[in-house]
Amino acid sequence: MSVRRDTASRRDVLAALAGAAAGAPLLLSAGEVRAQAQKPVRLLNVSYDPTRELYKDINAAYADYWKGRTGQQVIIEQSHGGSGAQARAVIDGLAADVVTLALAYDIDSIAQRAHLLPPTWQSRLPDSSTPYTSTIVFLVRKGNPWGIHGWTDILKPGITAVVPNPKTSGGARWAYLAAWGSALKAPGGNEAAARAYVTAFYKRVPVLDSGARGSTITFTQRGIGDVLVCWENEAHLALAEFGADKFEIVTPPISILAEPPVALLDKVVDRKGTRTVAQGYLNFLYSPLAQDLIGKNYYRPRNPQALAKYAARFPKIPMVTINDTFGGWTKAQATHFADGGVFDQIHKG
Amino acid sequence: MTAQAWPTPRPPARLKGWRERSVLPGFPLALGVTLAWLGVIIVLPLTALALRPWELGPQGVWTTLTDPEVLAALRLSFGLSALAALLNAPLGLLIAWTLVRYEFPGRRVLDALVDLPFALPTAVAGIALTALYAPNGPLGTLAARVGIKTAYSPLGIFIALVFIGLPFVVRQVQPVLMEFDRELEEAAQTLGATPRQRFLSVMLPAIAPALISGVGLAFARAVGEYGSVIFIAGNLPFKSEIAPLLIVSKLEAFNYAGAAAIGLVMVVISFGALAAISAAQAVFARRSRP
Repeated sequence: MSVRRDTASRRDVLAALAGAAAGAPLLLSAGEVRAQAQKPVRLLNVSYDPTRELYKDINAAYADYWKGRTGQQVIIEQSHGGSGAQARAVIDGLAADVVTLALAYDIDSIAQRAHLLPPTWQSRLPDSSTPYTSTIVFLVRKGNPWGIHGWTDILKPGITAVVPNPKTSGGARWAYLAAWGSALKAPGGNEAAARAYVTAFYKRVPVLDSGARGSTITFTQRGIGDVLVCWENEAHLALAEFGADKFEIVTPPISILAEPPVALLDKVVDRKGTRTVAQGYLNFLYSPLAQDLIGKNYYRPRNPQALAKYAARFPKIPMVTINDTFGGWTKAQATHFADGGVFDQIHKG
Repeated sequence: MTAQAWPTPRPPARLKGWRERSVLPGFPLALGVTLAWLGVIIVLPLTALALRPWELGPQGVWTTLTDPEVLAALRLSFGLSALAALLNAPLGLLIAWTLVRYEFPGRRVLDALVDLPFALPTAVAGIALTALYAPNGPLGTLAARVGIKTAYSPLGIFIALVFIGLPFVVRQVQPVLMEFDRELEEAAQTLGATPRQRFLSVMLPAIAPALISGVGLAFARAVGEYGSVIFIAGNLPFKSEIAPLLIVSKLEAFNYAGAAAIGLVMVVISFGALAAISAAQAVFARRSRP
């Protein structure tokens, strides 16, 4: 949510730009190439809600790597918030060098509405520009008192579930689609069954927070709900943060392959002259070092070695995908989440 | 005494400043700055807001605004704001009365506390209220025991709106109470007025304009409140979803015009309410004058 957006970093960026503008003539008049090479370069990474911890690790590693390779100091600013809100901020002018968002639709929107990058952005990096994947799992209270093991268990009498609002949260959209996919792929499943399941599911939700982190707080701190349907990484983080003696993770028998993509904003990096270092940053995400950090932070690495190292954390389960099951984000967005879409109809029924 | 947050407007000094030298620059300059500033700060954004929805076409605006979810949210926002402002009227009056009429240890501290809802970032207020009223919070536990759901229900929204509205009423009424001529009260007493009569016929007419304007401000503020409400509301469509949240979720869907349409209708209703309040205030002010 924008409430939680790290505006300080934006201010820092502006200050830095002002400082750079003021400092540039001095450097140029001195004509010292060496001085210019040592001037720290700043990147702004605009990301979604739960990646704070991940990029803290990655940014430190990249700064070391870049310094070692070029001698140039790089400072990476972070901004976090709901994926949709972050995309809107970028469209409205937040000068992000790179965006690392929860779903491709949000970066498509940036391409479509602000033309900061070509529409073919997703083919520019390996694995459809998603250096890691994740999925949607359940967090339940210790001992799993309600015996929640799969999606239909959530419909047992008396159970309430906490999940954020798919209209405002990227993670919530993956969760909604995972729920839909589970009913679709169940024996005898079809569109109607999926719709009925999702309708019954959201009747069990007493609080719709606007972002993933908000829902985690509602479930863990406010004691609301019997199950939190959330990002896999967020569930692990909640265990680490609030104690494995209070909660446990249940991986459902089927879920969705969540692919949070990354992209370079061409118009921004060309204006700021940061293309090389920003491109290096995104390439770095695929390096063994970064892939290890990704696994360490409970995201599923693409790199087989890193994935093998952390395999115990990531149970192998069947997963539906956005392209095969839902025909891509544009279609999924229009069918389910747009005004008057299925999610709106659920509450009117 | 503490600063009066919103001074009741005094009759203007006519065109005195035109001829006499005053501390501030003369009337033409002052008026010019006033017009320019109000234009930039208020009229310009409002005009932008008023123009934006029409890219949907009149039909589109109508469809947006008559959507049952939007109507439910508008009803919730305006209804609860009115209720909260009305509850704050007697409570705010009582608190102002206590702070003005009695001298007791800790009075200044209490007086300063009244301003806290102004000073607190709304998100902080929202999180604090939620922690307090959540089913596992100290007050939420008590309420749950008697079967009342506070946080994550319309009642939670109501609590947040009462919280943020209170200072408006207190700070409007307080200075009027302070300036109130106690001799009037004493005169009424010597003429045999009962305490009830003294309050209803002597004091209340004098306080009424300030009270009404305090209630109006509390209402207007509550209608647009987002930060403190969003944490405690539960945000379920048709149940606990406030209109400002719908605006945000329309923005997330890049539906800028739809968001502006809801914003515009909120401005229009709020403006109507404020106009009605200021008319009521004028009536009372005229009546209370001898």
